[in-house]
Amino acid sequence: MEAHPLIAGRRTREGFRDRLGYAATLLSVAVILVAVAAIYLFVFSRGLATFFVNHVNVLDFLFGTEWRPTLTESEGGPKFGVLPFIVGSFIVTFFSALIAGPIGIGAAIFMTEIAPSWGRKLMQPVIEILVGIPSVVYGFTGLTLIVPFLREHAGGLGFGLLAGILVLAVMILPTVTSISVDALSAVPPEIKAGSYALGATRWQTIWRILMRASAPGFVTAVIFGMARAFGEALAVQMVIGNGKNMPTSLLEPASTITTVITMNMGNTVAGSVENNVLWSLALLLLLMSTVFIFAVRWVGRRGRLMSR
Amino acid sequence: MTTETKAKTVLSVRGLNLYYGRAQALFDISLDVRERSVLALIGPSGSGKSTFLRSLNRMNDLVKDVRITGEVFWRGKNIYAPGVDLVEVRKKIGMVFQRPNPFPLSIYDNIAYGPRIHGIRDRRRLDEIVERSLRAAALWDEVKDRLHESALGLSGGQQQRLVIARVLAVEPEIVLMDEPTSALDPISTARIEALIDELRSRYTIVIVTHNMQQAARISDETAFFLNGRLIEHAATAELFQRPKRKETEDYITGRFG
Ligand SMILES: Nc1ncnc2c1ncn2[C@@H]1O[C@H](COP(=O)(O)OP(=O)(O)O)[C@@H](O)[C@H]1O
Ligand SMILES: [Mg+2]
Repeated sequence: MEAHPLIAGRRTREGFRDRLGYAATLLSVAVILVAVAAIYLFVFSRGLATFFVNHVNVLDFLFGTEWRPTLTESEGGPKFGVLPFIVGSFIVTFFSALIAGPIGIGAAIFMTEIAPSWGRKLMQPVIEILVGIPSVVYGFTGLTLIVPFLREHAGGLGFGLLAGILVLAVMILPTVTSISVDALSAVPPEIKAGSYALGATRWQTIWRILMRASAPGFVTAVIFGMARAFGEALAVQMVIGNGKNMPTSLLEPASTITTVITMNMGNTVAGSVENNVLWSLALLLLLMSTVFIFAVRWVGRRGRLMSR
Repeated sequence: MTTETKAKTVLSVRGLNLYYGRAQALFDISLDVRERSVLALIGPSGSGKSTFLRSLNRMNDLVKDVRITGEVFWRGKNIYAPGVDLVEVRKKIGMVFQRPNPFPLSIYDNIAYGPRIHGIRDRRRLDEIVERSLRAAALWDEVKDRLHESALGLSGGQQQRLVIARVLAVEPEIVLMDEPTSALDPISTARIEALIDELRSRYTIVIVTHNMQQAARISDETAFFLNGRLIEHAATAELFQRPKRKETEDYITGRFG
């Protein structure tokens, strides 16, 4: 609550509190800005050092398919091709969103339209629980349930992209669902009533009006889910098998950008090229997350224009 | 009056009671609506006008914990009887709401929505229906060059006429309107009133209005509601000039409400 300037001027104690509150909130903002600036600065300087200090070729880095950081120069190395990890990241992100998108939107429709009373009462806490489960638990569960299941029924080691996709799909499901629920709940009830009043059935109203009106919200939900999938490291690392080669099937062990960072950062010396390369990967992640954020804002703005 | 009493009754309400949970909102309403006439429902806010209107095309079914007793006869059938085709009821008894509620679709798709859900696929027929409905709602000339733009870009008054066109597109017999001009400026209001005047020759219109001048201007008959009861129902001129009930007189002379 902001005091009216006239009152604040007369009561100096209030005025003091006012200024104190102002300073405190300003400080909070400053801390956040400094933290963000520090992260960007640090990631950029270390991440770019790979190319400007260690003279690794950017194209060899981005499009190389060989990751052999310890290969000596006499053996033709070291090689820092990260394309397999970039591809791995995009594959697990895309497919997990492909699975979680329809399921999350379907669950959201159920919760808001089909059984708003008990559906929501049951699902809301379930979703909150799913959000709160730490990633290591997801990874562990995937390791114990999904990996052996895949080994027996799909072939291969069980460790691989598919296991990562399935674990991620479950992990991002609550994100997709809850944002979709928000989107559906934001559709004005008068619009639904208008559809029913024309003789439309519930399904017609859901399919033709609600889905349409919530489409920007659904896109936002899926992008947020993808951002989460793209950035998740621990759970994926536990089930993906951490193979270094370009994946040729979903059942093969592979890596993602995040898993390579977590797997290797403990084994490298700060300032070394092996370490700097990991920062370059972090820079890629940072850029991608920026892209996700702008995508969400863009969809949000278009959505608002549409429902003006 | 003699010609009026001869006109056919299209809707006949008998002993209608409505409860929201435990609270009774309508008390034993009986009323006939004549074909191709404009019936205005007036009364202070909270008197049950909207509730009554919604019970004429079963829109109250969408409200939670609603219980209804009594009958509403349409084409000789009680629309609350078991086995009634709700789609047919809502299609033939259309509704326009207080706030314009266009779908977040193009102008064309808004109008074509009704025909499409009722099974019309043929593009030429849809084009025809869209044009005819927009013309009937006096909106065609303003939007014919931007049929495929979003309906949300229209002004409030245009949106309300669009919504009326959308209702006309499914060829209703009766159009229910709940304070259709209360969210509009005077010029848009005048256009909607002119439109209602044109529609009266082909449709039966039941309109809720909080504006007594409006009721006097556009309606053939007026029904006065108070506290969930129908107090008086008569030809509009009659009701405003020679109200039979004390409550009606108090209301139209502005002593309350
Ligand atoms: N959806 C609802 N749930 C519960 N009570 C309602 C609902 N809609 C209206 N009511 C109540 O029914 C009474 C009549 O309301 P309404 O039909 O909206 O009156 P009017 O249109 O004449 O202003 C009021 O007391 C109102 O509070
Ligand atoms: Mg009302």
